[in-house]
Amino acid sequence: MQEEIRLTQFAKHGGCAAKIGPDTLSRVLGRLPKFSDPALLVGFETSDDAAVYKITDDVAVIQTLDFFTPVVDDPYTFGQVAATNALSDVYAMGGEPKIALNIVCFPGDLDPDILGEILRGGADKVREADAVLVGGHSIQDDVPKYGLSVAGLVHPDRVYKNFGCRKGDVLILTKQLGSGVINTAVKAQMASPEAEKEVIRVMTTLNRKAKEAAAGFTVHACTDVTGFGLLGHCSEMAEASRARIEIGTEGIAFMHGAKEYAAMGLIPGGAYRNQEHVSGLLDAGDADEVYVDLLSDPQTSGGLLFAVPEEEAEDMLRAFERADLGTKVSVVGRVTDSGVDRPAICLRDKVEMG
Amino acid sequence: MKEVDARGLSCPEPMMLTEEAVKSEKGAIRILVTEPHQRMNVEKCARDHGREYTSTETEDGFAVVIDPQK
Repeated sequence: MQEEIRLTQFAKHGGCAAKIGPDTLSRVLGRLPKFSDPALLVGFETSDDAAVYKITDDVAVIQTLDFFTPVVDDPYTFGQVAATNALSDVYAMGGEPKIALNIVCFPGDLDPDILGEILRGGADKVREADAVLVGGHSIQDDVPKYGLSVAGLVHPDRVYKNFGCRKGDVLILTKQLGSGVINTAVKAQMASPEAEKEVIRVMTTLNRKAKEAAAGFTVHACTDVTGFGLLGHCSEMAEASRARIEIGTEGIAFMHGAKEYAAMGLIPGGAYRNQEHVSGLLDAGDADEVYVDLLSDPQTSGGLLFAVPEEEAEDMLRAFERADLGTKVSVVGRVTDSGVDRPAICLRDKVEMG
Repeated sequence: MKEVDARGLSCPEPMMLTEEAVKSEKGAIRILVTEPHQRMNVEKCARDHGREYTSTETEDGFAVVIDPQK
C-alpha cells in the first residue's frame, strides 16, 4: 500500500462537517415537488433522519443514505466511521438495519488497497449491526467519499420521530460532543493522543446499544446529532414540535480537550454556519462563547438524542449505564414548553428538573 | 509589522499559521484571511494567547491586526 497518504488532505470538509449548510438546504429543498402516499409515515418535510414506509400493520421499511469525505486518515477507520454514521439514521428512527449498499467515490490514481481498507471498515460495522452488505455503486472521483444506503425495519407504531417532544421532557444524549473540533485539531496536528483516540472510539460506536436500551421507555422524539450540531438538531426538534427547549451547558459531556481546542480557534466552518441557522431561535443568555461553539459543532456519527418524560429519565439513564454503551451519556436539557407559537432554545448553566 | 497571508487557505491552516506567529512574534502581526469564520478562529486564537486585536474587512476578505504582546 502507498505510504504517506493522508486521506483527510483530499477533503476541504471532512465527515458530517461536509454537509451542505442547513439554510442552503432548506432553500433548495423547498422548491422540490411534494410527494405524498398514505403509506409514507415519515417524509422529508420534518427534516427527519430517514424515510419510513409502512408495508403492513406490523412492518415498516426505513430507507436512508449517508456518505461523506474522509474525516480521518486511516482508510479502515474512515470506512468504520462512515458506516457507523449511515447505520445511525436507522437507529434514530427506532429501527433495525437489515440491508446495506456501499456508495463509493475514489480517485483512479490511488492505490486500490486503500479503497479495499475503506470497504473492509464499512463491512465490519455492517456485520456488527447484524445487517447484510450486498454490493453497491462506485465511481471515480478526485475526492474519496464513502457511505451506505441502509434499509431497516421497524414496527409502524414504534417509529421514533424527530418531533413530538412535550413539556417536561428530559433530553438525553448518548455520546459526548466535540468530534468536529477534535477532528479539526487532529488535522492541525494539535490534538493530544487521548483526544484522537476518544474521537475515533466515539465515531465508530454504533448507536445500536443505545437504541436497544431505550426500548421499553416512552420516547416522545428522537434524532441523531450529526452535521447540524446539538443546537441545529435541537432547533429542528423544537420547530417541528413547537417547543421551547432549555439546554444546560454544565451537564453536557464533551470529549477530552474539546473546550481547550475550541477556545484556541480550532472550530470547523460548519459550526459557524450552524450558529447562523439557529440564531433566530437561540437565546444564548450569558453562556460562555466556548459552549455556543461546541453546541454548534458538527458531529460526525454522533449520539442519539432522546426526549423522554421526566419520570422515566432516571431509569433510562440507568438502562444506558447497564448497556455499557462505551460513550458518555448526559442530560443535555429539557422541554420547558410545547405547543407554543414561537419555538426557542435557551442556553442556561443548569436546567431545573421538576 | 509581521504579515501572515492565509488567504485562500482552508481550515485549520489560517489558525495554525496564527498560532505559530503569535508564539514566535511579540510585536504586532497582521493576518489576512478569506472567510468570515476564519477571521473568527484567528480572533479566538489571539484571545487565547491574551493578545488584543482589531479586525477590518478588506477587498478580498478580512485583516486581523494582533497588537504587540503587553
